[in-house]
Amino acid sequence: MVGKLLLRGMLVGLVAGILAFAFARVYGEPQVDKAIAFEEQQAQAAGEAPEPEMVSRATQAGIGLATGVLVYGAALGGLFSLVFAYAYGRLGSLGPRGTSALLALLGFLAVIVVPSLKYPANPPAVGNPETIAYRTELFFIMIAVSIAAMVAAVGLAQRLWTRLGAWNASIVAGLAFLVVFALVKAALPDINEVPENFSATVLWQFRVASLGIQLVLWAVVGLGFGAVAERVVAARDQRGPARRYA
Amino acid sequence: MSDTTFAPSYGPVAIPVRELLPWAIFAGLMLMLMIYFVGAEEGATSLIRGTMVHEFVHDGRHLLGFPCH
Repeated sequence: MVGKLLLRGMLVGLVAGILAFAFARVYGEPQVDKAIAFEEQQAQAAGEAPEPEMVSRATQAGIGLATGVLVYGAALGGLFSLVFAYAYGRLGSLGPRGTSALLALLGFLAVIVVPSLKYPANPPAVGNPETIAYRTELFFIMIAVSIAAMVAAVGLAQRLWTRLGAWNASIVAGLAFLVVFALVKAALPDINEVPENFSATVLWQFRVASLGIQLVLWAVVGLGFGAVAERVVAARDQRGPARRYA
Repeated sequence: MSDTTFAPSYGPVAIPVRELLPWAIFAGLMLMLMIYFVGAEEGATSLIRGTMVHEFVHDGRHLLGFPCH
């Protein structure tokens, strides 16, 4: 059962990765190129020798990007299927498609949107190489805290479910999540390593493209996995006449 | 006589944690290792010498939102 879900999750993630790669090629790469051009121009102005290219730009933007996004997509789909395997049947009477869509929405918010409000994606030329360890640490702390807060919020909503009703319980839990986020955002240090004269337009478009890539991944996984999981869980759920899920 | 026999519920059935746990641990670790190689290897920490992995997945790392360099 879990193995079947896992395999399907990774395959859906792979498909999501292919679509996200196409999106990244069209909307992300132009921004990466502009940022690298800026970086080279800065290095030249400072009289530094150009960095040796270990991997050509064409490789980085082609097979390299595809590898990164596809591996990430497959891993995301696999992890998503494991969370689904736990959540299914534990989120009220929600069917497989509904469970999958809801998990993807909450996951996208907790893993991507909220952490990126604190530590957004940065193009090349932004970021001091000496602080990479520090920035990576903060980035993963932010994600971990955000996921923990989301899990707690879902638990809170379930606890208040019978007393307040589904709608109000969800609003209260959502507000609790926002309060935690506001506190954590204030507590963790800010990072701003954008060079003085870096184009604001390129930075904005890069970050929107980065969020768009994640949106493609999570939307395809959330909607696609529900459809394939339905067949797997149906055999177990329906011990009587066929019935449509809510 | 209980009426459950005549009106069984066909709602979603949860997978027992005992069945799920081994998958979650082993597959979960492997999958997170995959994300680690795309997102962080040869950046903040390094399991393999050099910077080839970093350079190869460079664009993906930036665009997926990981701190890169």
